[in-house]
Amino acid sequence: MAHFEKANNLNEWMDQRIGLNTLKRVLNTEYWIPKDINFLWAMGMVLAATFGILVISGIFLLMYYKPDTNLAFDSVNYTIMSEVGYGWLWRHIHGVGASIVFLIIYIHMFTGIYYSSYKRGRELIWLSGMGLFVAFSAEAFSGYMLPWGQMSYWAGMVITNLFSGGSLEAYGLVEWIRGDYVPGDAYLTRFFMLHVFLIPLVIIGLIVLHFGTLRLPHVNNQEGADIDFEEAADLWKEGKRKESKVIPFSPVFLSKDVFVMGVYFILFFYLVFYNFDFAMDPVNFDTANGLKTPAHIYPEWYFLWSYEILRPFSKDVGLIAFGVAQAAMFFLPFIDRSPNVAPAHKRGLFQIWFWVLLVDMIVLTAMGKLPPTDPTFAFIGLFSAVLFLIMGPALFIITLFEKKLEKGA
Amino acid sequence: MRELKIFAVVAFFSLLTYYLVEPYAHHAMHVKVDAEGKEIHIESHGFTYDGTDDIVEAERKGDAALVTKKKAFWSEVKTIAALKGDAVAGEAGFGMCMGCHMDGAVNMGGVVPPKLDHAGAIYDKNYLIALIKNPAMASNVDHKYADTMMHPMGSVSSMFADNQSIADVVAYLQAHKAEEVTAKEAFTEACVRCHAVRYMKTTQLGDTPKFKHKKDALAHEIKVIEEQDMVKAYMGHLPPDLSMMIRARSEHFMETFIENPQGQLPGTSMPRVGLNHEGFEKVKEYLTEAGDPSKKARAELGPWVLGFFVFFTILAFLWKKSMWRDLH
Repeated sequence: MAHFEKANNLNEWMDQRIGLNTLKRVLNTEYWIPKDINFLWAMGMVLAATFGILVISGIFLLMYYKPDTNLAFDSVNYTIMSEVGYGWLWRHIHGVGASIVFLIIYIHMFTGIYYSSYKRGRELIWLSGMGLFVAFSAEAFSGYMLPWGQMSYWAGMVITNLFSGGSLEAYGLVEWIRGDYVPGDAYLTRFFMLHVFLIPLVIIGLIVLHFGTLRLPHVNNQEGADIDFEEAADLWKEGKRKESKVIPFSPVFLSKDVFVMGVYFILFFYLVFYNFDFAMDPVNFDTANGLKTPAHIYPEWYFLWSYEILRPFSKDVGLIAFGVAQAAMFFLPFIDRSPNVAPAHKRGLFQIWFWVLLVDMIVLTAMGKLPPTDPTFAFIGLFSAVLFLIMGPALFIITLFEKKLEKGA
Repeated sequence: MRELKIFAVVAFFSLLTYYLVEPYAHHAMHVKVDAEGKEIHIESHGFTYDGTDDIVEAERKGDAALVTKKKAFWSEVKTIAALKGDAVAGEAGFGMCMGCHMDGAVNMGGVVPPKLDHAGAIYDKNYLIALIKNPAMASNVDHKYADTMMHPMGSVSSMFADNQSIADVVAYLQAHKAEEVTAKEAFTEACVRCHAVRYMKTTQLGDTPKFKHKKDALAHEIKVIEEQDMVKAYMGHLPPDLSMMIRARSEHFMETFIENPQGQLPGTSMPRVGLNHEGFEKVKEYLTEAGDPSKKARAELGPWVLGFFVFFTILAFLWKKSMWRDLH
């Protein structure tokens, strides 16, 4: 047994028992972050804060929500919106948060791609991040079922139908997932469980893993420079702040994070109070009705690009393309054969590849919502879906021939 | 400055995506086209009624006889509107209205005849004239009564045979039935015969009373179901509960739909109810109270929360400044 002495204060008492000072050092004051970064490096903390907001607002909503097909709609739209004090505020925060968290996730992902922050020791950061993306997607989808409006019901119908596997016609599997022939009470209660328990648990676990994968390879920097962190840290500790290439996470990096979060929260609460419709589709304020299909069924904006990879093709081809597109992103660190960790603007053809990917995904997103009955939209949709699928092999070829950059460039 | 450039790029692509999936996509989704593929623009006429929409719709159908009929009808309405109505003479005519539109009226031919206590305040003058002249034409649901079925108010034309008597009764309504109206009264008179609002405990029979005994509550519920069955038989299906309608439809949709249901939903059995601008504002107020009661609280709290975060951001910026001062 370890040796314990009488502690003089709470900090000492805690330190003896859980190594508080070591924890503080490892996670805060001597967790070194490169100095050469911009505000995009704060997106991780912005995401963590948004997740926190979603959890807190979710807890308040959970106290009044009723997972029952007869009660769900009114428990949200009547009880929470008009009877519970500030229920409307928690709901709008939760709704806007669920949508805007994906904007930040996409910015975070494209930042990672732009600065090649997924290679040479940072593969696990990317993989755990992709795991988080999938978990957040499942969380968003399951949450979307809960108000039991028209879009909840019909989006649930469409997405669960995907599991029939096209020509495989595996309707047994679909029924197993739904617990019924169509989305009903059994369906709602299981998605409720997933939304408030299982998936959040997975997300929390993945967030810990994601932070963990960051600790050894360290955060990338604006130039992709290889930094000797120990040497730089020593310089910092000697007080040579100008010469050192790193800063401690707390309080120096954190001060920038908090500032970026402040700007973000201004935008966030502007949306909560003045422009929440984009996150709360009007169609979902009609009660679920299995006999009345809405004129247009579309997912929330953050799923539109993958929806559009599914939609322009025939049933089976579409499903395969959709599956490939979902999985492909995971393999990015292994498809990219380049030896360089550098921002895209220093990587030749890769830069073009990056912007084409970004624009293509925005085009896919737009086409995913526009009615495919218009032949122009249908054609653009098909074209951009095919382009997206070509982007993978294209990256492999481009990066295979990429020249190694001079050190210190 | 590099950070600002990066921020501009991020903002540009975010806003572009927003524009494409929100305003642009929603516009493209709700485009209505005629038989030749030309876009139909549905605009509000400020809650005045002169049959413009009805005539255009008939023309679009290519039914020449119908066009002539509609034109003739609305031009006669215009003629009557130009007559000087005598409110005193109209009082006797209004007595005939009260035969059906009375307190405690029961379902007649499909719906409970609505009360007319504020008819002069919430309905448009031209519309009232048109309604007494020919209820089906005024409501723009004449297609429903093309064969043997008769509008429940159809017999009104025999009561007001000459145009002067119509002008008189409308003058009476505008002089004596136009007191200040609450949102609830306006909504009850204009909408409740067909639409329930469960969040306001209102059914097709009006406000649901409080009952001491469950037996009485159940008895009332049965009466409501019976009433709903009659409305359903008359309308084709039960008109929707309007509790959340204020959030389920855009303001533009509400305005144009209430002015002329056929424009947004061709063939619908919902009649035009002829609300004037004030009537619409009152109905909207009531629906907001039912479906979006936090609107006021939102507007009050918003500036405080935003103000807090602006202040927070300024402090955070100063902190960051001081932390990063000697780093470069």
